[in-house]
Formats: sequence, structure tokens, C-alpha cells
Amino acid sequence: MALEYDLLNENVKKCQYAVRGELYLRASELQKEGKKIIFTNVGNPHALGQKPLTFPRQVVALCQAPFLLDDPNVGMIFPADAIARAKHYLSLTSGGLGAYSDSRGLPGVRKEVAEFIQRRDGYPSDPELIFLTDGASKGVMQILNCVIRGEGDGILVPVPQYPLYSATISLLGGSLVPYYLDESENWGLDVNNLRQSVAQARSQGISVRAMVIINPGNPTGQCLSEANLKEILRFCYNEKLVLLGDEVYQQNIYQDERPFISSKKVLMDMGSPFSKEVQLVSFHTVSKGYWGECGQRGGYFEMTNIPPRVVEEIYKVASIALSPNVSAQIFMGLMVSPPKPGDISYDQFARESKGILESLRRRAKIMTDGFNSCKNVVCNFTEGAMYSFPQIRLPPGALQAAKQAGKVPDVFYCLKLLEATGISTVPGSGFGQKEGVFHLRTTILPAEEEMPEIMDSFKKFNDEFMTQYDNGFGYSRM
Amino acid sequence: MRRFVIGQAKNLIDQTRRRCCQPHHHNNLRLLSLLRPSASDSTTVYSPRLFSSSSSSSDMPGSDSSSSSLPVTLDSINPKVLKCEYAVRGEIVSIAQRLQDDLKINKDAYPFDEIIYCNIGNPQSLGQQPITFFREVLALCSHTALLDESATHGLFSSDSIDRAWKILDQIPGKATGAYSHSQGIKGLRDAIAAGIEARDGFPADPNDIFMTDGASPGVHMMMQLLISSEKDGILCPIPQYPLYSASIALHGGSLVPYYLDEASGWGLEISELKKQLEDAKSKGITVRALAVINPGNPTGQVLSEENQRDIVDFCKKEGLVLLADEVYQENVYVPDKKFHSFKKVARSMGYGEKDISLVSFQSISKGYYGECGKRGGYMEVTGFTSDVREQIYKVASVNLCSNISGQILASLVMSPPKPGDDSYDSYIAEKEGILSSLATRAKTLEEALNKLEGVTCNRAEGAMYLFPCINLPQKAIAAAEAAKTAPDAFYCKRLLNATGIVVVPGSGFRQVPGTWHFRCTILPQEDKIPAIVNRLTEFHKSFMDEFRD
Repeated sequence: MALEYDLLNENVKKCQYAVRGELYLRASELQKEGKKIIFTNVGNPHALGQKPLTFPRQVVALCQAPFLLDDPNVGMIFPADAIARAKHYLSLTSGGLGAYSDSRGLPGVRKEVAEFIQRRDGYPSDPELIFLTDGASKGVMQILNCVIRGEGDGILVPVPQYPLYSATISLLGGSLVPYYLDESENWGLDVNNLRQSVAQARSQGISVRAMVIINPGNPTGQCLSEANLKEILRFCYNEKLVLLGDEVYQQNIYQDERPFISSKKVLMDMGSPFSKEVQLVSFHTVSKGYWGECGQRGGYFEMTNIPPRVVEEIYKVASIALSPNVSAQIFMGLMVSPPKPGDISYDQFARESKGILESLRRRAKIMTDGFNSCKNVVCNFTEGAMYSFPQIRLPPGALQAAKQAGKVPDVFYCLKLLEATGISTVPGSGFGQKEGVFHLRTTILPAEEEMPEIMDSFKKFNDEFMTQYDNGFGYSRM
Repeated sequence: MRRFVIGQAKNLIDQTRRRCCQPHHHNNLRLLSLLRPSASDSTTVYSPRLFSSSSSSSDMPGSDSSSSSLPVTLDSINPKVLKCEYAVRGEIVSIAQRLQDDLKINKDAYPFDEIIYCNIGNPQSLGQQPITFFREVLALCSHTALLDESATHGLFSSDSIDRAWKILDQIPGKATGAYSHSQGIKGLRDAIAAGIEARDGFPADPNDIFMTDGASPGVHMMMQLLISSEKDGILCPIPQYPLYSASIALHGGSLVPYYLDEASGWGLEISELKKQLEDAKSKGITVRALAVINPGNPTGQVLSEENQRDIVDFCKKEGLVLLADEVYQENVYVPDKKFHSFKKVARSMGYGEKDISLVSFQSISKGYYGECGKRGGYMEVTGFTSDVREQIYKVASVNLCSNISGQILASLVMSPPKPGDDSYDSYIAEKEGILSSLATRAKTLEEALNKLEGVTCNRAEGAMYLFPCINLPQKAIAAAEAAKTAPDAFYCKRLLNATGIVVVPGSGFRQVPGTWHFRCTILPQEDKIPAIVNRLTEFHKSFMDEFRD
């Protein structure tokens, strides 16, 4: 055999990606056997019945079939503003959806993105520093590929984290330097922890190059405050770190105390020297928010204070993939410039997006309340993003049983949950957690009307599980 | 731009000095092609002044003190990124874009009235129309509410509506906005496997299909798997499509070149493979895989079945993974050649899963469909153990999935309308119209090129390119040197300035040292070809008049 497992790139073997790991595979098997599975493992709203927003789909359908625009009857099935918008986007391409675009994305769409950022933050944004990507993940990979030279380079990553980061760092042969979010402080980010993490990494000879923040948090759902972001940016300035701001959940906010504020805005507010010297790359996507257009693979990143020659290198690497897919670029354009009041489609668009967001907000509450009503389960409120990350305090009997089954305790719990209820979750160990503490991640995406039933079935399973394994000796610690 | 490329060159020279285990000619190749910041499929350009200034050490990056306090500067980024060669906006295309802008204002300042881009395999940007049926299905899948409207029946063909329903039924929840299985939607992979079976006459397994955003990510995935260090080598054709050199450089491996024989129509000689393999071995490089591009890019040859059998045997004997870039499988223009997939060839030799590890790449960007902007493609992975397969799946899953409309289109090109379907006649007319026009264009351009003094051009049996050899007079070479540019880039730049035609110097693809080529696509619309031929002929004549020895 030409390619033996033993000969594979070690970095590939080391890499782990739990969101589509053992639990997901088992769930898929069960589904094939005919069992009803509730997939809450991936933030994939349309798969759980969320309907796409109508207007962008109309525009993209017209771009897919531009000959419709010449048909006198097109107005029978498409509103005039969708037709106008389709013509607008086609005019930004050179050859429609079927031609490669500039490797950084269509200049016209990047300009719309820059205008959006400017409106959002109140500071100018340069389209030349915005690259469109096939989803945010591709962008993260491109930037990390540029930063990581070898295992001597460390990237500060929150724990718990979204495993894209650990997987990519491992594929690229770098070192993940964890900093722990404080569960008892609603997953707060303590800058003292950051200092400790950096000092420890440095004592091991690792040069820490970059820091990742996920705001709102995945899987933890917290929203960072402006004060906290300032501390982080000051820390990056002092320690000479590039900040990678994963801001893909910026539309997903479920409380009013801490609205989303972008790292770029905070950085610009801080003024010189920070605004001139802190290097920042922020990521966005069409997969999240009330759009949830995961299947399109659309995203962008914006670079701040990255030297032009490095931008050139990132451009060169982007060019190897020729161009991001063009229909997703148009989705991105539509996301950053949705229908305006007065447009024919405005009312429908506003109704649909508001409906989705308000329902998500209610679901976040149903879910956290549900978890907190269960035996030995505690869960911080989901302030933003799409996930709940309850802590499961496993009794010693369960730890024992997991050991006998050769499973990590939270994997053991999640597998039992899956078999009993069809609820497919991701064990906390896939995201990283403090030793001896166990969690699971669910999305808050199941349809609202199914939510009470799901939480009932979870509670029934959990409380029975706890009773079964409770031998009266204390629990895994908080 | 200039300074950083010089910096790259310097870094590379330093590395070359430090690293003596590298094969000598290989180093030279890498060095040379770095100095010529080469190409994406788009636009390859030689950056002329860099060539001679590379030996100067005065103007280096890192001397840029203004950015030295930043965590990420050119000096501190991944050296593999610096090393990789894939400059998309090289000098010639930059010049072309500037000319194009200026033409709008100073129409009379130039001896031509438009820029003709023959540098990139991007057919729809040159006016090729998409296949109507495919786009109808995609539009319906993009906005499924259309399927419930009665007016839709007046606007769409009936089989496109049926097909859209069929595809939606294969997508869980009919959700085209959802992430799919990381290998791609199972029902669509079924359609692709059935298409492969119909093509080859041998079974194909949907579980062997990994759908990707274009063919390139598949190539990257395999390189990632195969390459652990510079000790791992990949045999690549020279001339080659620079995706391979770039991907190998990004993953830190070694490109082991094998030269195609221009004299025998870019023939692939097994003796050359053996020689290069031994040569690599003697330098401590373990060759892991052989990349074959069939039909060839930039060389346009279509391999004979007999040649393919020898290649399969070579891989089997030497334990190499065969990476078969078969993205031009629909683009064959000569009656005496036919495309055969390597899988079909291997299976017809009686070799099964256990005998040979084979990866076949396919894309929706090429063929008669030319849907580059969709980023769709797949790789069919056969002959790997399940533990290796799991690793491929895992790497695919980190990126979640490829885009759904690309997936749908990949399944459509492998299962187009059949006789009797409502769209069949128009589909066949569109397909054959495009393919026969491409064949005509290839022939016309090839004949025109062969009439030029000192130019020889193999026929484009397939793919989308011609790669003529220009026997440049010594005087032209001297003039290029004086202009601090490579001779083929010198020629291409002159061509652009005189005619508005954009082609890519051969150095972007690598070539036998001392020979000079350029790559020209056959993609401009047919009505433009006579003008291109005239302008090219006229230019070449005056170029030769100026430089003839």
C-alpha cells in the first residue's frame, strides 16, 4: 500500500475535530437505522428547519439564472427590488457566477463590506484590507498559516474553544497556548489568566504570536464587555500579539446589557499608540446570525495594522485557491447591505429576521432554564451565539462506568444521552475544559415548538442517569 | 512589491546555501521560479528586474523599521508562505489592467482597442455562456419557493423542475443553506458515483467521493496528508500547473520534477520517471506520489491508454500514490485521442483497491461547463486503508463542507440530461457548440503559431491551452538581459504592449532550461480569433525583424 497510516503527516493525525467526531458518527449511524435524531452538534440552523430569508435567495436565484432577467414574465415571480439587486451584483462580476473573481473577492462586494464596517463602528474601513473567503474557517486557516512557522510559535486560545482553532493549529504544527475562561464568572476573560498563560508558554520556549477571542463566545455564549475588550487589546499591545477576533456571532445577541461591540471599534476608540500598532484580524460569515446560510460558505476577514507586504503574501496564498465562490460573495454583499426601509422587500425581510432573532432569544432562555432544572447540571445563560454549554457534575459511579467502557466521562454521558433520547450533542472535552470538570455543548437551534419536549426528554434522561450512578459519594467538582 | 520579492529571493538563496541535502537542479528550479513570481491559473508574470537584483543584498525586508515593532511582519511570517510561488498579479497582468483602464480614456494612444485575456482558464469571463439546464436547476435550488409558483412552469424547463425536486429530496430537510456531510451530500455523491461508473464501466463507491470547493482544495488535502517534511517528494510534470509547486512548497515538501518530452508531443516517458525517482532517492528524498495532469496543463497533451498502463505499473511497483488531475476530461479536441480515467485503466489491468492508491480530481471549472466561480469539484479516493480514509475525512471536516451549489453542479455535470428529457436537445446543442468551437479555436491558433518564424507548437489535443516554444534570437535574449527580464517574459510584455493580448511566460510553469515558451488559452470567443491571429502574426514579424540575428 502506497500510503500507510504510519507514514501520514503526524500533524494530521494529531489534529482533532470533535464537532464531527465520535458522537456525530454514532448519531448518523442511528439515523440510518431509523432513529429520530435531533442534531444539536453543529450550529447549522437550516438543517433544523430555520427557513432562509426570502430576499437574498431571490437575488441569488436570479444571478444563477441570469436569462430570467430577460424574460418579460420575471416580474410575476420576483419583486422589482430583487431584480434590481441581481442586476447590480451581476454588474460587479466579470462573467457572472461562473467566472473566477479577484482572489480577494469581488471589489464591489468588498466595498459594500467596508461601508458596513464603517457604519457599524464609525471608523473608516479599507476594501483593500478586506478579503472574502469560503466561510470564516478558510480565513482563520489562511491567517494562522501565515503566522505559524513551527511548534515554537504559540497561539493563545480560549478554553473552552471552538475546535477549529485547535485543529488548525495542530494541522499547521504550531502550539496551542490555552487560557481558561472563568465559568463561575459567566465565562469571563480574566487578563491575569492571560499573563499566566503567556508566562508559562514562554518558560517552555514558546514564542506566543497571536491571541484568539471568540465574541460572542463559542461554545460558551458570553458577550465581552467594552472594558474587557480594552484590557485584551492593551494586553496584545504590551505582549506584541496579533488579535484574531472571531466575531461571526455578532448578530446573535440575546440580552440587552452587553450589545455586540467590535474589537476594531474598541481599538480605534483607544487611539494612539494602540490604534496604530495593535494588529487585528476580524472574521465574519454568512453562516450565523439570522442568516444561517452555512451551506453557502461565505465569509470575510478585515485586517488592521497588517503591513502591506504581509497583506501581499496573504493575497498570494489566497490566489492559490483562485477565488472564493461567487454566489456566497453575493450573499455576503446582501448581508452587509440588506433591504432598506421603503424597499418593496423591506417589510418581509424585517419580519423574517426579527422573527428568527426573537425566537432564538426565547430558545436560549428555555434551554438554559431547562438545564438548570436538571439534577447535577448548571448552566450559564446564553448571552449570545448559538450554544448552551452546561456543566454536568458526574457522580463517581458514572466516572467509574465510563472508565470501564474506555470512554472519557463526558463522551460516555453524551453517548448515553444520544442512545436514550436521540439528542446529538458534543462532549465538552472536544472544546477543552478544566480537568475533572465535564460539559456538553448543544445548539439552541431546534425548532421553538419542539424545545419543551427536547428539554423534558433531556431532563428525564439526566435525572435517571444521575440516580443510577449516584452512590452517594460526591461529584466531579465545579 | 519589488523589495519583498527581492527579500524572498535572498531568503531563498540563504536557505539554499544552508541546505545542502536538496537536489541541486531542484534548488535551482525553485530559486528561479521564485525569482519569477509565477502564476495562479490566472496570470503568470515574470517580474523582470528582480532577476538581476537578486544577488544584491542591500535592499532587504526587515530593514523596514516602521513595522519592526509589530508582531507580524514579513520577517516573522511562515517561511513556507514566502517560499510558495503563486503570484497572481504579476507584472504583465498589472500592466494589462493599467492599459485597460487607460484605454477607456486614451482610446487613440494604443494600436489596439481592447485587452484580450488569454492568460487564465476562466471561460465565462470571456463570454462563454453557462449551460442553461444547469443554471435552471441551481436557481430553483437557490430559491425553492419558486417550485410552488405556477408561473415557474412558464419560465423553467420541465425537467429542470423535476431535477430540482429530485436534488432537494436528497438534501436532509431540503435545506440548501445547511452544512452538509463533510464529504458532500450523500445523494449527490450517489449521482457522481453513477456518472463515474457510466464513464468507466467499473464500479464507483459514493463513499470514495470527497466533494471540494474546486479541485484545488482536494490537491491541498492530499499534499497535507503525504508531506511531513522536505524529505517527502512529489513527482510533478515540468511544465506543470503551478498549483502543484505552490501546494508542495506550502506544505514544506520537495517537488521532484519529471520533464515532458516536447519533441514527442509532450510525451511522458517512464524512463524519465525512473531516472528522476532514483535521483531523488540518492538525495535522501522519499518520493510519495506521482502527479499526472491528463489532459495536460499547460501542455494540452492527452495520454494514450498504453502510456497510462505503464504509469499505473510504475506507481504500483514503486509504491507511489497516483494523483490524477483529470479536470480537463471533457476537453478533448482530436479524433485520434480519447480520455481514459486512470481508475478505468487500473481496473482494466486487473488492479483493485489493494493494488494501487489512486486519487482522481475533477472540477466543474473546466469541461464545456466552465463554471469557475462556483468552486465545485470532487476527488475520488481509492486504494487507501480505512484508517487513512478516516484521516482524510477528519481534515475535510475541519472545514465543515464544500459549498452546496458547487456540490449540486458537480452532481449535474456527472448526470446531465438524457435523451428524451425536455432539455436534452438544447443541452446537447449548447455542449457541442462549446466543445466544437473550442476545437476550432485550438486548431486555428495552433496553425497560426506554427506559421511564425522560429515558433513550434504542439497541437492542443485537450485542455484549454497552447504552449508554443519560441526560439528567440540571441539578440532578443541579449535585449531581455539588458532589460533585466527573462527572455520569455520580455517577449510576452512586448506582445501585450503591441497587441493587447495577455499570455503567460513559460517560466511560470517551468520549462527545460534554455527553452522559452508562453501559455495562451484557446478561450477568447471564436469571432475574436482572426483578429488575435492577425495581431500576433504582425507582432511576431516585427519582433523578429527587430531582433533577427
